[in-house]
Amino acid sequence: MSVEAIVFYVFASALVFAASMVITVRNPVHAALFLIMAFFASAGLWILLEAEFLAITLVLVYVGAVMVLFLFVVMMLDINLTVLREGFARYLPIAFVVALGMMVSLGLIVGKDNFGLDAVGPAAKAPASYSNTEELGRVLYTDYVFPFEIAAVILLVAIIAAIALTLRPTRQTKAPNPDRQVAVKRGDRIRIVKMDSEK
Amino acid sequence: MLSLAHFLLIGAVLFCLSVAGIFINRKNVIILLMCVELMLLAVNMNFIAFSHFNADIAGQVFVFFILTVAAAEAAIGLAILVVLFRSRNSINVEDLDMMRG
Repeated sequence: MSVEAIVFYVFASALVFAASMVITVRNPVHAALFLIMAFFASAGLWILLEAEFLAITLVLVYVGAVMVLFLFVVMMLDINLTVLREGFARYLPIAFVVALGMMVSLGLIVGKDNFGLDAVGPAAKAPASYSNTEELGRVLYTDYVFPFEIAAVILLVAIIAAIALTLRPTRQTKAPNPDRQVAVKRGDRIRIVKMDSEK
Repeated sequence: MLSLAHFLLIGAVLFCLSVAGIFINRKNVIILLMCVELMLLAVNMNFIAFSHFNADIAGQVFVFFILTVAAAEAAIGLAILVVLFRSRNSINVEDLDMMRG
């Protein structure tokens, strides 16, 4: 077995293990941590596929930003786990059947017969001076410059939407509210107490 | 020698695992969002494998855009989740029946 194959099987088994833990563990914090492991494993596979820039982007963007966001939210919310785990055992068989059926049908399509070495052949070896980042940057800023701008707009929209959704308008100034001042009645301010005179 | 089928199969396994995760965790919105992220990862794996074996950089450009959109989706999804938790005090999918759907 070549070194590449060993690396592939190590990262692939780590990826499958992490993914199956994400969907089965009880605690959402553990699920998020296993998802981080899955992202690291697939970043390793992407480096094996000579997509270094995207592998590093995956670690930076997903592990560094998205998963931290997930962890923040999971830890901020006070979740009742027992209610959320209801139906876990009930849906396990049907989930198993559906996943197995999909896996068999997908395996028939993408298996050795259609995409094996005989059908597709090995990948062309890139020269040592090949830079994945340079190539990606070249097409990104020429052929795909318009989609690139759209992606920037989508990120801006996401920022605004996330802030607008979660911002709570807090009233911190001590300014008087004229509306309530005008609406005040005599009874709100004065309380008349009846009592006997002191001797 | 690694072939394209190896990488496509690992993508398929990842996709099926996340579909199973959506089935068995159908009450917990957070885990559902994580399963969607796993699905997108499986799709990206296929794109990069095809890009490598066909020596075509366009697949990696697609993955770049999918990563961008997925990050935006995660941010907005979690923001909605936080607002939901504030108003309903629960993230159970069963409780989200305000619209009687």
